[in-house]
Amino acid sequence: MLFRGFTLLLVLIVVAVILGVAWILVSNSMPTIQHFGLSFLSNQAFDPVHNIFGVAPAIFGTLVTSAFALIFAVPIGVGTAIFLVDFCPRPLQMPLSFIVELLAAVPSVIYGLFGFLVLAPWLQTSGQPWLQRYLGFLPFFQGQFHGLGLLAAGMILVIMVLPLITSVSREVILTTPTAQREALLALGSTRWEVIRYAVLPYSRIGITGGVILALGRALGETMAVTMVIGNQASAISPSLFSTGYTLSSVIANQFGEATPGLFFSAVIEAGLLVFIITLITNVIARILIYRMGRVGGLAV
Amino acid sequence: MSTVVENPPVANPFQPPRTAHNARRRASNILIIVFSLLATAFAVVVLLFLLLYVLRAGLPFINVALFTRIPTPNGEPGGGLANSIQGSLILVGLASLFGIPLGLFTGIYLSEFGRGSIALGVRFLVDVLNGIPTIIFGLFAWIFIVVPQQSFSGLAGGVALGIIMIPIVARTSEEVLRLVPKELREASLALGATESRTILRVVIPAARNGIITGIVLAMARVAGETAPLLMTAFGNPFFNSDITQPMDALPLRIFNFAESPYPAQINQAYAGSLVLIVLILLTSFAIRWATGGFQRSGR
Repeated sequence: MLFRGFTLLLVLIVVAVILGVAWILVSNSMPTIQHFGLSFLSNQAFDPVHNIFGVAPAIFGTLVTSAFALIFAVPIGVGTAIFLVDFCPRPLQMPLSFIVELLAAVPSVIYGLFGFLVLAPWLQTSGQPWLQRYLGFLPFFQGQFHGLGLLAAGMILVIMVLPLITSVSREVILTTPTAQREALLALGSTRWEVIRYAVLPYSRIGITGGVILALGRALGETMAVTMVIGNQASAISPSLFSTGYTLSSVIANQFGEATPGLFFSAVIEAGLLVFIITLITNVIARILIYRMGRVGGLAV
Repeated sequence: MSTVVENPPVANPFQPPRTAHNARRRASNILIIVFSLLATAFAVVVLLFLLLYVLRAGLPFINVALFTRIPTPNGEPGGGLANSIQGSLILVGLASLFGIPLGLFTGIYLSEFGRGSIALGVRFLVDVLNGIPTIIFGLFAWIFIVVPQQSFSGLAGGVALGIIMIPIVARTSEEVLRLVPKELREASLALGATESRTILRVVIPAARNGIITGIVLAMARVAGETAPLLMTAFGNPFFNSDITQPMDALPLRIFNFAESPYPAQINQAYAGSLVLIVLILLTSFAIRWATGGFQRSGR
């Protein structure tokens, strides 16, 4: 009984920590919540000098980089999962899955270092001029070449969320009943038709869960994004070449100067927004993944 | 006279007729195989490129001083990252002090005692905790410890990292504890052992390797964390083992040096990255090997 009580006590501490994080964020954001209300979300300026705080550019940057990441990472990630389960030669299956999972093990500061010292300079001298020459008629590829900016941040995020999408999709695809695959093969289906009509309909919910999980990761990623996004709020425009902010990079850049009062509270409220957004995405993702049964090994 | 009766050629019933429709099916099949192959190649190429690049840029600057000296003042050559490595070890140790017991006992609760909707709620909460961005726990420790103490501190960094460890340790422990056969528990209870004795002396030892795997995984994960340390441990250019004072960490030092204008510091950022990446990859390999992950077949 003593042991059971001790275990319950520690579990209660864990639950208290989670609730404590939420409570501390809410209570410390109260000054700006009361002062600005919803205009905190729509104000363009984050201006400690005039005590006006808003995170509209940061919300914009967060959404654009995350959307960019998903647009590229979802097809690549699901494609990789399909290859690993259906087409990969058996002896290569485990090594290749392991390599993809290693991408998740690389610390985000190293992605940031690589993005800052290698990717961004390359984008500035080669990548962005090329994009503008051939795709410059699109609104996404106009303006100055900074290297650092939304494009660089989005590209780094593609790589960072890829392993998450791949490993969840792979585990879900593996749960497709063999009988369904064999039934389609017996009817003369091609391998793609088996995937199209048996595997994907069966695993759709789980893959969606994985994608939302990846969205949560992209929305909250701090280090790598902070190092490559430029951290200069420019006017909201469709160009991916412009520099920007995300909610997390606002926290990372501003906490050092935050003086008590509205400034401090504004930094915390940016954190509260990240917390709420990722809480919602994670709750949805987990519900979808739970519906697939017991999925989720060490990596997820 | 003999007439040779020529049979009309019989179509192979297993060969699909060569219609335009079937040609399209074949083409889409090949297309998807090629696409999925390219997608996998992309992931592999990106990882290899990243690893080789860091290796090439960092290896020339790996030397004894890197592990024994502290950073020199801005721009001067020489020096090392010894204080960052020491700080990282202390921070991971502190985090383990909080994270391992809380995570392990949450895992024990979920696998041994947890029934019904409360256990489901705890598991859900732990999984959601795993997905919250780590900078949030940095903010938490900042408000909770740094602001009242009016000083950045290793302690605050350890608390933030410890919270990040909890869900990883909890869920891996739960998974491996569940794998322990029910018969072992029943045999122990039938011999008159109490519930606590059964769990501590029979169930946990049986799942020991898996639990250690989860703990190592969690330690490797937090060893590479940077964001929550920005506003907690903060960084420190000198040796420091006082946890109430600002403390350096390898990822923090990499972050600061990567954006430095001095080539010598950028080189050390690469060298530090190489050390960190090798440590983390070695742990990943060791865990895979220890859990037999290289033999298991996918399907």
